Amino acid sequence: MRGWRVPWPGVALACVLGPALADELAPARQADLVRLVRQDCGSCHGLTLNGGLGPPLVAAALGDKPAAYLKYTILYGRPGTPMPPWRAFLTEADAEWIAARLLEGFPDAR
Amino acid sequence: MRARTVAITAALLLSAGCAQVEMRGSGDLGVIVERSAGRLQVVDTTRQTSIGVIAGLGDLSHASVVYSRDGRYAYVFGRDGGLTKVDLLRLRIERRIVQSGNSIGGAISQDGKLVAAANYTPGGVRVFDAETLEMLADIPATYGDGGQRAKVVGLEDAAGSRFAFSLFEAGEIWVADLSVPRAPKIQKFRNIGRQPYDALITLDGRYYLAGLFGEDGVAMLDLWHPERGVRRVLAGYGRGEQPLPVFKMPHLEGWAMAGHLAFLPAVGRHEVLVVDTLTWREAGRIAVAGQPVFVMAQPDGRRIWVNFALPDNDKVQVIDTETRQVVRTLSPGRAVLHMEFTARGETVWISARDDNRVTVYDTATFERKAELAVEQPSGIFFTVRALRFGF
Repeated sequence: MRGWRVPWPGVALACVLGPALADELAPARQADLVRLVRQDCGSCHGLTLNGGLGPPLVAAALGDKPAAYLKYTILYGRPGTPMPPWRAFLTEADAEWIAARLLEGFPDAR
Repeated sequence: MRARTVAITAALLLSAGCAQVEMRGSGDLGVIVERSAGRLQVVDTTRQTSIGVIAGLGDLSHASVVYSRDGRYAYVFGRDGGLTKVDLLRLRIERRIVQSGNSIGGAISQDGKLVAAANYTPGGVRVFDAETLEMLADIPATYGDGGQRAKVVGLEDAAGSRFAFSLFEAGEIWVADLSVPRAPKIQKFRNIGRQPYDALITLDGRYYLAGLFGEDGVAMLDLWHPERGVRRVLAGYGRGEQPLPVFKMPHLEGWAMAGHLAFLPAVGRHEVLVVDTLTWREAGRIAVAGQPVFVMAQPDGRRIWVNFALPDNDKVQVIDTETRQVVRTLSPGRAVLHMEFTARGETVWISARDDNRVTVYDTATFERKAELAVEQPSGIFFTVRALRFGF
């Protein structure tokens, strides 16, 4: 089986990290992240985030999944599925910002 | 003389009705998908220019296209389940339906009469009359106890009104015979490997190969001899090494073939795999700049062109098939998504999504011949596909 063995205690780590990081992202970085999510995450989750090979990421579909869970999934991937870890491209603050935006309905590219 | 006058009058009347239609063939035309805008640009590959735009096609992220046999109509499969039949000559939508909630692509039958769409939601294949887009068959991709439906990937046209496709979650390959379109006969091959992610059919229509994501290997079905079942080729090509994370699924499209050697993307490795199709054994591997997404041969088989997943998606590498060396690394722009060769391969068109352009390269000299402004271009599809299996 293909997978990148990530220690699940990492979830706990993600939860203890401060929640205020994401507000500090510069507008230019936020624009980069919107593009990354729409375009590159979109290659599996769909440009509209209504899903593809990967599950839908629209707010209604995410329901009450905790932000920390989304952030952890973004950074560390989901072993056994095609979801890769994005931590080579994203900081903790980036992932936190993306998770928060996903839960409230992700912004459009423009 | 009189007949000629009538013909000219008719032509004048026709041209008055739709002024922009030029009397022309479609053999050198194609479309480029503008994925976010839900539009197509129609291009002329001889003049290397855009000749028009067709809008209103819905969500075209991951859109793919097949052609009618006459190369006039493009069938566009949208992510949102849209299936749009587009007239390249009149530059307009001929028909459009939304056939599912989430689609990944499709195929057209050998005789051009059936168009099939591969769907994620609801998982399965739907088959339509190519003329009218009326649905003729609905094939749910059920598996396990029958209550679950798998996402369908790698839908390919095979000889004799057949379509072959793979079930991602189920690890199955199905061959549907639509000789009687409203009564499809399905042959199922189970346990073909974990998570088939895409497939291709060889140019002769004989071999169906599904790439596996969940393990290292490729599942192969000989469509001349389906009774022999599915064989595993390239099993364990990763040699037990931990694969790298995959930031974009590779695509298997067409058949990168030179002589009897075939070239395929390795999943989770910075390698192109070389397979000897006489024995179906690995014949080598070529180190490349990143994780290959498309591995495509020039029509003459002399060179292989490769693009990559993040973070190497600003490069294209060219491999010489005689020496199996990378002979050139090009920088066509940011987020290279697709490459398409003209029929006899004198040019390759490459889309760079984040630079909003398509660059036309001379394949012999690597010179840039033309650049087209295209908003977030993804797939490029030329009408030569109309004449081939697996396109």
